Amino acid sequence: MLNSALITEAVNTQRRFEKRRWFVLTSLLLLLLCSFVFDIATGPSLLGIQDVSNALLNMLGLPVDVARTTEVIVTNLRLPIALMAVIVGGSLGVGGAEMQTLLNNPMASPYTLGMAAAAGFGAALMLYAGSLGMSAEIAVPVGAFVCCMLSASLLFGLAMMRHITSGQLILSGIALLFLFQSLLSLVQFVSSPELSQQILFWLFGSLTKATWSNVAITAVVTLSCTAVLMKDSWKLTALRLGEERAKSLGVNVTQLRLKTLIIVAVMTATATSFVGIIGFIGIVAPNIARMLVGEDQRYFLPLSFLVGAFLLSSASVLSKVIVPGALFPIGIVTAIIGVPFFFWLIIGKRR
Amino acid sequence: MLEVRNLSLAFDDLVLADNMNFTLDQGKTHVIIGPNGTGKSSLLKTLFGDIQPQSGEVLYQSAALTKATLNPWRQRFGYMPQDINLDVGLSVLEVVLLGQLNALSLKLGDSLLEEALQALDQIGLLHLANRDVRTLSGGQCQMILFAQALMRKPEILMLDEPVSALDLHFQQVLLDHLDQQTKQKGWISLMILHDLNLAAQYADNLLVLKGGKVVAQGAPKDILTADLIEDVYGVKADIQLDSLGVPFVRTQRRGARAFMSMKDTLVTSEQSTKERAL
Repeated sequence: MLNSALITEAVNTQRRFEKRRWFVLTSLLLLLLCSFVFDIATGPSLLGIQDVSNALLNMLGLPVDVARTTEVIVTNLRLPIALMAVIVGGSLGVGGAEMQTLLNNPMASPYTLGMAAAAGFGAALMLYAGSLGMSAEIAVPVGAFVCCMLSASLLFGLAMMRHITSGQLILSGIALLFLFQSLLSLVQFVSSPELSQQILFWLFGSLTKATWSNVAITAVVTLSCTAVLMKDSWKLTALRLGEERAKSLGVNVTQLRLKTLIIVAVMTATATSFVGIIGFIGIVAPNIARMLVGEDQRYFLPLSFLVGAFLLSSASVLSKVIVPGALFPIGIVTAIIGVPFFFWLIIGKRR
Repeated sequence: MLEVRNLSLAFDDLVLADNMNFTLDQGKTHVIIGPNGTGKSSLLKTLFGDIQPQSGEVLYQSAALTKATLNPWRQRFGYMPQDINLDVGLSVLEVVLLGQLNALSLKLGDSLLEEALQALDQIGLLHLANRDVRTLSGGQCQMILFAQALMRKPEILMLDEPVSALDLHFQQVLLDHLDQQTKQKGWISLMILHDLNLAAQYADNLLVLKGGKVVAQGAPKDILTADLIEDVYGVKADIQLDSLGVPFVRTQRRGARAFMSMKDTLVTSEQSTKERAL
């Protein structure tokens, strides 16, 4: 039959699409690896790429000769920061991707829905309260995490209501964003100039707070959350056809929405509480991923992770080399570099 | 058998179903017609469990739809909503595959792909399989969504205005295929149509809705009368039986007379302007 030949051909074309998507994923992984190595190499003392690779291989248990100082710099100072950039970038990318899927809107991200602002407010409140007598290293992230989850739980409550639309959820999120920004300004307003400065520095976002222990926490949370989302990848793809149609395909939309929202909130709260507010990656990374592989979540989700990770990792490199010897706050760098690039993408797509 | 018993449904003071009763048999195509805003789509949503009625119940094979049975209930349904907008970065094949959502895993087997492609082939759209759905026309999207509903292998298939964007050719392809599959597989098919002639041709059982009531139900040739149409739509129509014994509905153009009288007034006003000028 003629049509069976056509069917085979269509299957082959679909497989070719899949191969192309795998190629994109692999390319991004390689790019990420490059920026990761560069990230370790740059800093107050510039290391050679060769030295860095050797130190990394040595860590992995391969018998390679490395100078003692290089090894110390790499393992104790640079590696936690470089890893944090990769994990937090990936976490922001995945968070943005799922928010956009959930709300059917390419402008959504944990940032635009007020989660990051809430984290900022929590951190500021903790700094204002003198960390409640605890060590600031613990108290501030905890404050940020609690506040972020608090604002997210308002969204959970709304999402559980039966007939609430994505549009209403977005509006509520934006309202929360304004609320927490105002509260944050209020805390800054009543703080002393020194404290206000400290709060501002936290808000800029910085990877330098990375230690092996908080890298480990973030990594475990981010990777397990991403794995849980991957399990629902087809349901999430179906959700993008619209809520009514997803229901017609047998998706329990209310349950999926709540589950995904909680996962994203936990990821975002964890990432933000350790590194501060890093905007923009949550919006850009999923949009780039979507342009590259479409919206089959089996590829879209991991690619959003990789793009987010790559963006933050390269922003980390840039933040160190823009002004030699000084460290630019990374939250500033991501937006300044990212916005023109994003405009180029949007306009390029229109042509 | 799908049964609706004493169903009442209202949004505030808008009554959409008022103690409604009907049964839908297996292996038959059931068509709902009725004026806009009379609750046809809401009725489908109620049968699907998306809207909860104020009172009454829906039963399939004597088992009632409740909150607890909602998920298994929906698994037996194919439901094609009215909205045909597909703005998502997926290929046609991927959209059709989603019809078998529960069978999909991270690695897709060839057999599932082939099944989806066969569904497309059956409605003559195999050549679109690898296209991005955002490049399709509205009618093509509608056909793709029909293929997706077929992929669900439903026991009950509900379609909300399935031919609203289709050209003559695809209207026939869709409705013929639906009718043939319904009879062959013993589905309960229920669709909303606005074209009375299509309804008359394809309905084994026609339900006429008005003001929350089923005002007529039965074979089109038995119930479709000029009086009924005037009562339900307020439109005068001639009804004849065609050579196959299917009622053929022809409405009269009301605009024709209205236009004539409008032209008369125009002439008069023109004359009066001239007269005044003189």
